[in-house]
Amino acid sequence: MTVPSKDDLLLEVKNLGVRFAVKRNGFFGGKSFLHAVDDISFDLARGKTLAIVGESGSGKTTAALAVGRLVAAHKGEVQMDGKDFLALSDEDLRIARGKVQFIFQDPYSSLNPRLRAKAVVREPLDSLTEKTEDEKQEIIDQLFAAVGLRKEQQELFPHQFSGGQRQRIGIARALATEPELIICDEPVSALDVAVQAQILNLLRRLQEERGLSFLFISHDLGVVQHMCDTVAVMYMGRIVEYADRKSLFNSPKHPYTKALLSAVPSVKKRGAPTTERIAIDGDPPDPVDLPPGCRFASRCPLADVSCQKSEPELTAMSDTHTVACHFAQAD
Amino acid sequence: MSETPLDLQEELLKPSHPFKEAWVMFRGNHAAMFGLIVLLIVIFAGVFGPVIYQGDPFDMVWAPFSPPGEEGYLLGTDYLGRDLLLMILHGARVSIAIGLAAAFLTVVIGITVGALAGFYKGWVEEVLMRITEFFQVLPTLLFSMVIVALFGASLPIVTFAIGVVSWPPVARITRTEFLRIRELEYVTAARASGVSNWKLIGRVILPNALPPIIVQAALMVGSAILFEAGLSFLGLTDPNIVSWGQIIGSNRQYILDSSYIVTIPGLAIFITVLAISLVGDGLNDALNPKLRKR
Amino acid sequence: MAAPLLELENLRVELTTKDGAAPVIDDLSFSLSAGETVSFVGESGCGKSMTALAIMGLLPAGIGRVASGSIRFNGEDLTTASDARMREIRGNDISMIFQEPMTSLNPVFTIGEQIAEVLREHRNVSDAEAKSRAIELLDAVRIPNAKGRVNDYPHQMSGGQRQRVMIAIALACEPKILIADEPTTALDVTVQAQIFELMRDLGREFGTSMILITHDMGAVAEMAERMLVMYAGRKVEAGPVDQVIDHPQHPYTRGLISCVPHLLTELTDERPPLAEIGGIVPSLKEFGRNACLYAARCEWADAKCNSERPQHDVAKNGHETACWHAGRRS
Repeated sequence: MTVPSKDDLLLEVKNLGVRFAVKRNGFFGGKSFLHAVDDISFDLARGKTLAIVGESGSGKTTAALAVGRLVAAHKGEVQMDGKDFLALSDEDLRIARGKVQFIFQDPYSSLNPRLRAKAVVREPLDSLTEKTEDEKQEIIDQLFAAVGLRKEQQELFPHQFSGGQRQRIGIARALATEPELIICDEPVSALDVAVQAQILNLLRRLQEERGLSFLFISHDLGVVQHMCDTVAVMYMGRIVEYADRKSLFNSPKHPYTKALLSAVPSVKKRGAPTTERIAIDGDPPDPVDLPPGCRFASRCPLADVSCQKSEPELTAMSDTHTVACHFAQAD
Repeated sequence: MSETPLDLQEELLKPSHPFKEAWVMFRGNHAAMFGLIVLLIVIFAGVFGPVIYQGDPFDMVWAPFSPPGEEGYLLGTDYLGRDLLLMILHGARVSIAIGLAAAFLTVVIGITVGALAGFYKGWVEEVLMRITEFFQVLPTLLFSMVIVALFGASLPIVTFAIGVVSWPPVARITRTEFLRIRELEYVTAARASGVSNWKLIGRVILPNALPPIIVQAALMVGSAILFEAGLSFLGLTDPNIVSWGQIIGSNRQYILDSSYIVTIPGLAIFITVLAISLVGDGLNDALNPKLRKR
Repeated sequence: MAAPLLELENLRVELTTKDGAAPVIDDLSFSLSAGETVSFVGESGCGKSMTALAIMGLLPAGIGRVASGSIRFNGEDLTTASDARMREIRGNDISMIFQEPMTSLNPVFTIGEQIAEVLREHRNVSDAEAKSRAIELLDAVRIPNAKGRVNDYPHQMSGGQRQRVMIAIALACEPKILIADEPTTALDVTVQAQIFELMRDLGREFGTSMILITHDMGAVAEMAERMLVMYAGRKVEAGPVDQVIDHPQHPYTRGLISCVPHLLTELTDERPPLAEIGGIVPSLKEFGRNACLYAARCEWADAKCNSERPQHDVAKNGHETACWHAGRRS
């Protein structure tokens, strides 16, 4: 893989930051900020998948919601088709929303229990398009077929579907306005393994057929490996490693990425799991009161004094691989 | 392998509305069905009673203090010799009407305040919840008495006085439900679909917040009837209208000699409020999704 | 060979539903020896958690009951034991940890009190002894500065630490069996790795037998010696972990293994679609039919599968399968 040329880029995120005000120490404590997403940048090419991985508290979901303007960013740009999505308002935003849609994590809470399945899929068509009733119904029919649901099921309410079927409805809803970018926030983590495979295959098939781009958020490295073209690994609000799929999984450079990969239990790694595992102990630092230096230093097996003093910048190891670690070495 | 799920038994293809399932559940609840039947009888008596058993409840028809059954007056007469049955039937009309109207007012105010507070949070919530707390700490009976005393004892004012002191619980429940539901993913999904704030409040969140509000509203009808009885017992009601509380209030001196005059409207209030709370409990069970799971 | 510590024989557990009694565990037999780890695998609703509750005597009151079969612990039949006896066994001889470390600790008591509580319940110890034992246990589950943290409340701890406290409570009376129901599903992978390591070490140290309930084949491969695959309340395949994972005989087991995108260390550009198991788990109404319940989702299913429940074939190495087409290569 090479760096995509500028014309192929669908999404360019630059220096995105999201912070939340936290009340501390009662009345006179003043305002502190939790920087959930701290100055991150990444690109996504048309028809490709960028995965953001990280553990809870890494800011991956907040970053995704901020890209889709469901959480307000306090700084940064989200360039889509040459326009800053974060700066749009009113009519422009409404049109742009149709180009960016979401698939959510929990199939049990992501569908309004009072709406019939077809009304769920209709919702974005009603709010974001000016189509006639017949056109809308035609789109709904076609989407139900595309995600593997029967026409008769359009009349049913969400509680009459299984988890996997609900997720299919959620996918149909996301496709309704023919978006270019779909932000998938842990789309399979609430599903049983057998159903997980069905949904992942469906997503890849739809991507191929419709040229969709996915921003794919997940904590499951196996799923990410299967789905992505590029990966950004996040830790405490920062991207610590950003690389193409093969480069990241075959030669991870950041100690945190290595630890993550080694922690995944796998049937393929039987034998001596403990010997190759990189244990990271200790606790992450307080996200509101971050220490200077590398945020991973308190848990890093390699850390030395320099890591506690200066924060490493993302540095290019190759055309498609950047790492934020003082000890990272190019191949 | 095929993309079409294999679990499609034909019966699963029948849409089943959540409210329809709640009704099935409600029907299985004997106490609640009993309450509903009693309530329907009371409403029927209030609506059609005065049509079938005609007459002016203020007319003095026979000697005062005639016990029930005498001279064909089924429930007897009061201290002025008025037909007690006729008064109870007319009173049913008024009590139920006040109960429903006051509960409606309560729900409208409560939902508006609670929905705005729960949806917008921040300073809107702060302000609205302080107002709610202010109304909650007011002594309700005293406050409503002040309203009635100031604006006069007419039916609309009494209804208003009851509604205006009773809404805080509804506001609190609505706010809690809004705070919970606004974080659910289907609301985020609706926002991602460009749904406007007003639609989010009214069409997406509110319908899902309704079950506990409906239960509260049902109980409100009961407490409004009690409240009205209390006010009219104290004489704070329209003297030209018969209500159950007013019958008790105007006959209260004779409670020891002719206890039936007070007991009969008392029983009417008791049975109606009990029926309403049985229905409210039944609604609570039927609409509570946790109990409905099995 | 010594008698097994725990032995389930032809266990049948029924749940009362509006369509009558459904066997959520149907003719389940298995045994657990001292110091051994056995894993139960399957999709949600397959009966693996129900098995744990049956062993603990915690079936949902009024809805679930043991219909037939036996659960023998050290020779004693738990299905007929009194409530008082079950209370004595729970937390003392057999204890359990749950999936959700956020809700399984009581938020109004300190973690020290919650560990001490179990000790006072089952062991005749003074308050001071209970407390010093609580500190030892927190130390054993590798909570740094155990002495300082014994007075912390659950909300002051991270998810991983809470799960460690749960393990400390479960191990307080040195139980013979620890049942872990999806103990790491709610945790991050790096924390999961730590918890697994801890469970392995403590199991070895205390000689505790473990039943690990999970949906993650990777976890099974790392943690257990034997495994048992359940589907719709029935055991469909069981045997030594290496044997079952390398040579799965039942089509369901094969599906479970191949439908997960396993992390590869030598990644190539190739990305074939994942194997799928079509359809979903049958509804409770189907449970108990004299047929293979997997037939509706199975590509090998024929008339026999739909009309007769498959027998258990047991191979010499202990690998057993309930499938009319076991061993067939697709």
